[in-house]
Amino acid sequence: MSGLTVSDISYNYGAKRALDGVDFAVDPGTFCALLGPNGAGKSTLFSLLTRLFTAPSGRITVAGYDLASDPRRALAQMGVVFQQPTLDLDLSVHRNLSYFAALHGLSGREAASRIDAALERLDMIERASERVRNLNGGHRRRTEIARALVANPSVLLLDEASVGLDAAARRSITGHVHELSKNDGLTVLWATHLADEVFDDDQLLILHRGQLLENGRAGDLRGDMALTDYFLSRTAEGAA
Amino acid sequence: MNAYLTALRAIVLREALRFVHQRERFIAALVRPLVWLVVFAAGFRAALGLSITPPYQTYITYEIYIVPGLCGMILLFNGMQSALSLVFDREMGSMRVLLISPLPRWWLLICRLIGASAISILQVYTFLLIAGLFGITLPWHGYLLVLPVLLLGGIMLGALGLALSSLIKQLENFAGVMNFVIFPMFFLSSALYPLWKMAESSALLRDICALNPFTHAVEAIRFALYGQLNASALALTALWALIFIGLAVWGYDPARGMMKRKG
Repeated sequence: MSGLTVSDISYNYGAKRALDGVDFAVDPGTFCALLGPNGAGKSTLFSLLTRLFTAPSGRITVAGYDLASDPRRALAQMGVVFQQPTLDLDLSVHRNLSYFAALHGLSGREAASRIDAALERLDMIERASERVRNLNGGHRRRTEIARALVANPSVLLLDEASVGLDAAARRSITGHVHELSKNDGLTVLWATHLADEVFDDDQLLILHRGQLLENGRAGDLRGDMALTDYFLSRTAEGAA
Repeated sequence: MNAYLTALRAIVLREALRFVHQRERFIAALVRPLVWLVVFAAGFRAALGLSITPPYQTYITYEIYIVPGLCGMILLFNGMQSALSLVFDREMGSMRVLLISPLPRWWLLICRLIGASAISILQVYTFLLIAGLFGITLPWHGYLLVLPVLLLGGIMLGALGLALSSLIKQLENFAGVMNFVIFPMFFLSSALYPLWKMAESSALLRDICALNPFTHAVEAIRFALYGQLNASALALTALWALIFIGLAVWGYDPARGMMKRKG
């Protein structure tokens, strides 16, 4: 099975339970928003998904590959945009991407054509030779998304990718990533604490205090309420 | 090209480019050994008498004695600094980018060690060049033979830094590492005084110095600089390198080690 599956994942920091039996699947071509307040367990989930550390129980598959038993194939299918900036500020956009391509074993003409395609996809091609330091926050984020696409992943994970951006840049990035799932068939997991980045047709997961409270189509879940109000009501209820 | 070599080349190139962009850091790292060479050694020159011991074939002055130790100092400080900045500072992000590569983790860590060592080696040669301007010159083949030894020493000390960064949770900042790892390693070694001199004051201290991996690295460098091979020092440096790499790989295993810490 392709896409992304997370089966019954739990994780503790000492006595503190960070994730409690989290279970969901995201199909190919789906934009899945993972919504949760700060401290809900999103970062822990991302650390597990990117294999920074592993969970003692449960199972994660990426494009059908088990992250625990076949990590290299699973990671090869995965593109990641981390919450914290991870670009080399002193290097050009292109150099940042070619470094990443090389980490995935790509070099020469193949790397160059993939880099161009990824930059084209994010409307960043004309900035390829600019130093990252000279880019604004929105363009830096787009560079990171382009970088995540260089290795042709089938699953794209983004952890609070819009943090620190102004409204226009946020809308543009959110739009770009939605297109990636719709037009290119990518499986997207988009973690955020901002409800306005979620569209009605998106799959919505609500994570609160380590537990998955909801999993469904955003439009269906929110009903007549604004998504922000729905989200607040669910997480307030969970807190009570 | 093979995926492994592609990654190695890219990681070394990245370190080199970062170094080009961070000239201040490069110069700052050179100031430390130069101050030792010019100020400290000048002061101790009168106080310390050194007899003829291999690899030296004649009486030497103190500043000649400490040059290999100061080369080691560059490797030691850089190795620790690059490994720890990797984890604790801004570099955490780039470490994560490295670790999502589908190549095996042990290889990625070794690439990172080689890249960081390459920069240290450039600093060592710059230091030796400046030492040459002060009249401390070495046989020409010493400059060549020391290269592989510096690489090995750099990898060994960098791996120690990586292992520490992953295994010891208390070492949250560089100052702690400085006090509890770098200074003891540096002072309890043959970098500043020969072991026989140390034995005159304390046999125990001498034994500690003789066990210190940094001593082996410094001695291997010292002999190589004079075109000679100190096989046991070199072999022990290699052995410690393997042990520290093993510990680092173990520490960065996703199922354990520092990565379990939150954030």
